[in-house]
Amino acid sequence: MVDSLNLVFSFLYQFGDAFAFLVLSACGLAVIFGMMGVINLAHGEFIMCGAYVSTRAAHAGVPMPLAILLGAACAGIAGMIVELLVIRRLYQRPLDTIVATWGISMIVTQGMLILLGPSMQGVGTPFGSFVVGGYSYSVYRIILMLSAVATLAVLWLMFTRTRFGLLSRATIQVPHVAEALGVNTNLVYSVTFGLGAALAGLAGGLYAPTMTLVPTMGASFMVEAFVTVVVGGADIFLGTAPAALILAVIKAGLTSWQGQLAGQIGLLIAVIIVIRILPRGISGKILRERG
Amino acid sequence: MPDTPLLQVTGLNGGYGGKPVLQGVDFHVNEGEIVAIIGRNGVGKSTLMKTLIGLLPNQRGTVHLRGQQIDNLSAHRRARLGIGYVPQGRDVFPRMTVLENLLVGQSISGRKIDGMLEQVHGHFPILQERASQRAGTLSGGQQQQLAIGRVLMGGPSMVLLDEPSEGIQPNIVQGIARIMVDLNARTGLGVVFVEQNLDMIRAMAQRCYVMDKGRITASLTRADLDDQDRLRSYLSV
Repeated sequence: MVDSLNLVFSFLYQFGDAFAFLVLSACGLAVIFGMMGVINLAHGEFIMCGAYVSTRAAHAGVPMPLAILLGAACAGIAGMIVELLVIRRLYQRPLDTIVATWGISMIVTQGMLILLGPSMQGVGTPFGSFVVGGYSYSVYRIILMLSAVATLAVLWLMFTRTRFGLLSRATIQVPHVAEALGVNTNLVYSVTFGLGAALAGLAGGLYAPTMTLVPTMGASFMVEAFVTVVVGGADIFLGTAPAALILAVIKAGLTSWQGQLAGQIGLLIAVIIVIRILPRGISGKILRERG
Repeated sequence: MPDTPLLQVTGLNGGYGGKPVLQGVDFHVNEGEIVAIIGRNGVGKSTLMKTLIGLLPNQRGTVHLRGQQIDNLSAHRRARLGIGYVPQGRDVFPRMTVLENLLVGQSISGRKIDGMLEQVHGHFPILQERASQRAGTLSGGQQQQLAIGRVLMGGPSMVLLDEPSEGIQPNIVQGIARIMVDLNARTGLGVVFVEQNLDMIRAMAQRCYVMDKGRITASLTRADLDDQDRLRSYLSV
C-alpha cells in the first residue's frame, strides 16, 4: 500500500517536472508563433540570455527570484531589439524569419563562446531535497512546477483581462482592421515578440540553477519547446497547455518505465502521430470545430 | 469665411502596385455631410476607401482631414484623428466576443468615452443582447451593426463605410441608414459611403459622386438622386 503510494508520488513528481519543463520552454515560442506566425529559431538563445543574466546577477548578490526576473527582462529587451532590427522587415515572409532567426542563433552562441568562454559557473540548485519512500526529490523542482502553473495563469490574465491582451488578440485575428481602428499594430508585434523572448528568458533563469551554463544550452530546450508547440498549435491556452499535459504524461510514463531515452523517443513519436492526425495541432482542431 | 472641408482628396493615385487602380481621384466632404460614392464593380471604390484610411499607399495626390495632411500617416494614426473605417465584408474579430469587438474600437479615441457603450447599445440593441457571444457566429446583418458600433465607440468625427448593405436583409439596411442619418443630424458625424444599393443611397446620401475607371466622373446633388433612372444608369453595366 505504502509502496504503491510512493510509486504514485514518484510518477506525479516526474509528470510535474516534465510538464513544467514543457510549458516553460514552450510558452515563449508559442506566444511568438501563435501571435505573429514567426518561427523563432533563436528561442534557445533568449533562454540562454535569461540563464546567463540571472546567474551573473545571483553571483553579484542579487536575491535569486529577482535575478530570475532580471534575466527575463533582459531577454525581453533583447527580443524587442531583434524584432525592431530584423523580424519587422520579414512579417510577410515566414520562411525568411526561420533563416534569419537561425542566423541570429548561431551568431549569438558563437559570440558568447568567444566573449565568455565555453562555460560559466552556475549557482547550484537551492533548497536541497526531501525524501519520500526512500527516494529523494528536489524542492526546487517543485518550485519550477508552481512557476509553470503561475506563468500560465499570469499569461491567461494578461490576454483576457488587460487592454494589451484585447488589442493583441484583435491584431492576430484581423491585423489590417485592428490597424485601421487605431491600434498601433507594430507596437503590438514588438511587445509580443518581447514578451515571448522574456518568457524564454524566464525559463532560462528558472532552469539555470539546475544545469551547466554553456553558450549552446538553449538547444537542450528546443526539442521540448518545438514538440509542445507543434502538438499544441497556435493557441497558447487551447494548445500549449493541453499539449504539455499530454506530452508530460507520455514522457513521465515512458521515463519511469524505460528511462530518459525512452521518454525522449516517446515525445518524438507522439509529435509524428499528432502531425498526421491534427496538422494544425490541438488548438487548430478546437478552433475549427468552434467555427 | 470659407470653411475648410472635413475631407479633401486631391489627385489621388494608388492601388496594389503596378498599374494604379486610382487614377487621380478628386472630391471633398464638408463638415456634417453624408456623401455617397457610387459606381460599378471594379472601378476602384473599395481601393479608394482603403487608400483613404491608409491600408493601401497612395502613389500621388493628397488627403487632408480638416486641413491637416494625412496621406503620409500610417493607418492607425489616421484612425486616431477620428476616422472610423468600416471595411467591406465587416471583418469583425471572429473569435472575440461582441463586447470585446466594441472595446477594440475605443482605440480610435485612445480612451474610454463615458456613456458611449450605452449609446451604441441604444442604436443597436442586438449588440447588448449578444454581448458575450463570439462575433464570428453572428449573422451578416448583426456583424455589420457590430462593425459600425465598433467605430462609433471611438467617437469618430467621420466614418468610411464600404458597401454597408452588402449581403444584408433590406430591413436591417433601412435600420442602419436611419441610424446614420440620425447620428449625422444630431452630432454632425460626417459619412462617406461606397454603395450600389439604390435604397440605401437614397435613404442616406445628401450628395453623391460617381466613380468610373479610377476617377470621379460626376457629382450629383440630392435632387439628382431622386432621378431613379439616371442613378441606375451609373450603376448598371
